[in-house]
Amino acid sequence: MLEFKNVTKRYDGKTAVKNLNLNIKKGEFVCFIGPSGCGKTTTMKMVNRLIGISGGDILVEGKNIKEQDAVELRRSIGYVIQQIGLMPHMTIKENIVLVGTLLKWSKEKKDQRARELLKLVDLPEEYLNKYPHELSGGQQQRIGVLRALAANPPLILMDEPFGALDPITRDSLQDEFKKLQKELGKTIVFVTHDMDEALKLGDRIVIMKDGEVVQADTPDEILRNPANEFVEEFLGKDRLIQGRPDVTTVEQIMENKPITVPVGTTLRDAISIMRDKHVDSLLVVDSANVLKGFIDIESINLNHKKAKVVDEIMEEGIYTVSHHSLLRDTIHKILRRGAKYAPVVDDNQRLVGIVTRATLANLVYDTIWGDGTELEELTQAAE
Amino acid sequence: MMEFFATHGNDLLIKTWEHLYISLAAILLGVLVAIPLGILLSRVPNFADRFISFIGILQTIPSLAILAFFIPILGVGKLPAILALFFYSLLPILRNTYIGVREVDKGVVEAGRGMGMSNWQSIMKVEFPMALPVIMAGVRLSTVYLIGWATLAAFIGGGGLGDFIFDGLNLYQPALIIAGTVPATILALIADRSLSMIENKLTPEGLKNSYKTA
Ligand SMILES: Nc1ncnc2c1ncn2[C@@H]1O[C@H](COP(=O)(O)OP(=O)(O)O)[C@@H](O)[C@H]1O
Repeated sequence: MLEFKNVTKRYDGKTAVKNLNLNIKKGEFVCFIGPSGCGKTTTMKMVNRLIGISGGDILVEGKNIKEQDAVELRRSIGYVIQQIGLMPHMTIKENIVLVGTLLKWSKEKKDQRARELLKLVDLPEEYLNKYPHELSGGQQQRIGVLRALAANPPLILMDEPFGALDPITRDSLQDEFKKLQKELGKTIVFVTHDMDEALKLGDRIVIMKDGEVVQADTPDEILRNPANEFVEEFLGKDRLIQGRPDVTTVEQIMENKPITVPVGTTLRDAISIMRDKHVDSLLVVDSANVLKGFIDIESINLNHKKAKVVDEIMEEGIYTVSHHSLLRDTIHKILRRGAKYAPVVDDNQRLVGIVTRATLANLVYDTIWGDGTELEELTQAAE
Repeated sequence: MMEFFATHGNDLLIKTWEHLYISLAAILLGVLVAIPLGILLSRVPNFADRFISFIGILQTIPSLAILAFFIPILGVGKLPAILALFFYSLLPILRNTYIGVREVDKGVVEAGRGMGMSNWQSIMKVEFPMALPVIMAGVRLSTVYLIGWATLAAFIGGGGLGDFIFDGLNLYQPALIIAGTVPATILALIADRSLSMIENKLTPEGLKNSYKTA
């Protein structure tokens, strides 16, 4: 959808963007982030040719932007800026359909489109005849977003659009916009210096430094595997800790002392261990602590006449998880299998711990109700 | 008083009209030249500042000297008077246009460009309408000055109310001096009021309100 090929921008001697290569898919929400002066705004503004390219190519839907008329190009790409930039001398309606006016739409088409768009942000129709200064900052930027959507462009460029708003308004506009973006399937290039915003909105985050891309990945991947110290520092320690539910390994939450019996244990001994420890199942290990299988109370009941030692009746091929696998990758598997527990083994199949359903239940509970925000969202949605 | 009007009444009307004509012609020329020039200058800010101070220096030349300067080139009469006054109208309009356009909210201009406005559309739909109140203030200022200065037109045979004043000075007749000065002042006041009304009419609706609330 949007391709950067070796894009470079030089300002008399100084290189603002160096050899940037990036491929943005249709419908993708990409956040550009980095310290001030890293070249993110320059990168974005080269897309609609508000800033000229010094080297390389930018392709929008396969077409090189250099081969298009700059004014036409801009009319086909949405643009939202931090200063909002509504025309103060035009009504809200005139503002919303500004591109339509430039494209010489009929009056009926403009009226209809303005009403249609206003509905998207739940503002009453009376607003169409108001002037920008009669609206609050948050409402003004909603109009700013609608204005960018007016001609239904597939691609929208946004330059810190929510940066000037107070935190509460910003938060609700972010939510609203993300929802709208998903519904409409727009491709978004979003410049911000606010990491929380990028993590919240971006399908992919492009971290830049000194005109170069340091890392371009999903928010999860960036939190889990920051490319280098710069990214880590940029994320901040708090966020890395916050991000931990995603990067928790099985080892961190497992119980360390599973109840085991060595191979060769007699059934009678096994039963008394079960009784002592109040469990209905035992893991069987060999002398090197390598997991061999498990026995449970039922199989003992069925077989205690025929068999003497646990080896004879234990079930093998039990589902295990590796101690350094990520919890979020394994949790669903464990639950879906309907297993009561899963033994945790190291790389040599040695038993190191166990994850039980109780462990998981606690964890799931924490994740769902943990910080309360989801609860809020649910109540909001219910209203 | 009645006697004065009996002898000079007709003359007074003609001179007042002449005066108005000279001033308005000059101001009209000034508007036609200075506003486009001011907008043009806003595109080259580095050059603009130097250019405007240069015009400012030129205008410190006393008006009589300028008028005298035009005589060898254009002779005497209305035309050189109008041109000289036009020259004086330039600076306030030029400066206000330049400043007015330059002070237009950068965000709004950038949004316009980013939406795909051509340079011309940006000027006509955004920069000029938004700078209009400031430009009009320059035009008003210019007009009021010009109506006063137009009395000097008589000096190079341009006519107007200045004729009364010069006659009065030459003939030691204070009544004539007053006959020249008072209508000129009244003209200036009327011009100022009417321009202020025009300005109000021309100022875009959305801007009017924001000025009120601001
Ligand atoms: N018009 C310009 N002339 C010269 N240098 C510029 C210009 N615009 C931006 N730069 C430089 O290019 C670099 C990148 O700028 P920018 O893309 O605005 O950074 P960011 O948006 O990441 O803060 C900065 O070092 C800045 O100083």
